Amino acid sequence: MNALTPHIGETDRLRLAPGVMLRNDRRRGEWMLMAPERLLVLDEMALAVVRACVGAEVADVAAGIDRLTAEYDAPRPEVAADVLEMLTDLRNKGYVVT
Amino acid sequence: MSCALPAFAAVSQTDPAPPFAVLMELTHRCPLRCPYCSNPVALDAASAELDTATWKRVLDEAADVGALQVHFSGGEPCVRKDLEELVAHATEIGLYSNLITSAVLLDRARLERLQRAGLQHVQISLQDSEAAGADRVGGYKGGHVKKLEVARAVVAQGLALTINAVLHRHNIDRVNDVIDLAMDLGAGRIEIANVQYYGWALANRAALMPSRDQLLAMDAAVRARLPELAGRIVVDYVVPDYYARRPKSCMGGWARRFMNVTPRGRVLPCHAAETIPGMEFETVHDRSLSDIWRDGPAFTRYRGTAWMPEPCQSCDHKEEDWGGCRCQALALAGSADATDPVCELSSAHAEVAVLRDRDAAALEAEWRYRGV
Ligand code: SF4
Ligand code: SF4
Repeated sequence: MNALTPHIGETDRLRLAPGVMLRNDRRRGEWMLMAPERLLVLDEMALAVVRACVGAEVADVAAGIDRLTAEYDAPRPEVAADVLEMLTDLRNKGYVVT
Repeated sequence: MSCALPAFAAVSQTDPAPPFAVLMELTHRCPLRCPYCSNPVALDAASAELDTATWKRVLDEAADVGALQVHFSGGEPCVRKDLEELVAHATEIGLYSNLITSAVLLDRARLERLQRAGLQHVQISLQDSEAAGADRVGGYKGGHVKKLEVARAVVAQGLALTINAVLHRHNIDRVNDVIDLAMDLGAGRIEIANVQYYGWALANRAALMPSRDQLLAMDAAVRARLPELAGRIVVDYVVPDYYARRPKSCMGGWARRFMNVTPRGRVLPCHAAETIPGMEFETVHDRSLSDIWRDGPAFTRYRGTAWMPEPCQSCDHKEEDWGGCRCQALALAGSADATDPVCELSSAHAEVAVLRDRDAAALEAEWRYRGV
């Protein structure tokens, strides 16, 4: 029996999955993750999370959470909970990989 | 009772939202001969195919109408020598390129050229988890092994890989093996598709229809694995129509998300739309994709909800499934204007089960391969 895939944690390093790119669609005025035969429109919060936490230049998810905590001047535990949930969802939908 | 509001909305002057993607069927030619091929029974000849310059213009028009992605498909799109050139053009004008392929004509060198041209994603169809069954269904010896080789090369090159597995009576029992194989290949996504009975597949329904027991076993197997697969591979799974109680939202709703261009340039709301009698299709030689998308007669015919009969018209689900599939309504209820009989609220629903059970029991039926 295979175990469930764990949630994304603060020590994970994330990158966009193969074939996924962050794009701005000028006509629709929206940011989106373009992916194989799919796309995901990002609201302001999701865009901030992707920018802070995903990519080779990000040390790890914890660093992204630190940055968002400072930017939004919010309590870190709350930011961390929301961010980890969002990233786990993006991972499960195939947009980001560890 | 039907409410006047949706009808009012449909005749308002606002343009429809742009399509998400344009499917370009570059050719109907294919080295394989799958008996469930979604191409029409009357295939376009190679000599009738649009030339490179015209496909490039169509790509420009796809970007103009607001599409974000292009699916290069077929037949087998790799039979076109200009595939790299077309992908490069799509990339240049900002379109995201998907390649929908049987993979048997691909090799590492060509994949590299396609990747340099900007290709992002390759979807490879598998006919089974094992070579003997796969090659028999595809009617192409050595195809399965070749597909696996190409799939590994796709992943090694850093391109996204989707495995498309089409299930029917002869392979549905191996659904777990197919999932394992897709994961072993490193696919990011698997489409667990069940045969859709249009075109060739409709003609071969009695040779392909799985039994109720097979279906239930497959469904249970897939559902049991979904939690464990989350985060490892994206699974696109739809309950096969003939065993469903509600229809799927075909193509995300008629003329809402996709446009389809056939090898000789006919512009369709869905790849099977040509089966519907009395439809008027424009070609890329007649008007631009933008014009056709906005008010082409084939596109406006079933767009939105105004066209819907009862029980759809007064149903809460009408903006979720858009009344189901028009081609299936035609095939099963005899009219493309009807509620999709897959819906249990349709008066023709009971007959779907009768047809299904009759065909599922026709175990000696043999399929006819897709011809040329
Ligand atoms: S379904 Fe089979 S025969 Fe039809 S285009 Fe695909 S690989 Fe070729
Ligand atoms: S009645 Fe029509 S809209 Fe309602 S669920 Fe059935 S097909 Fe969908």
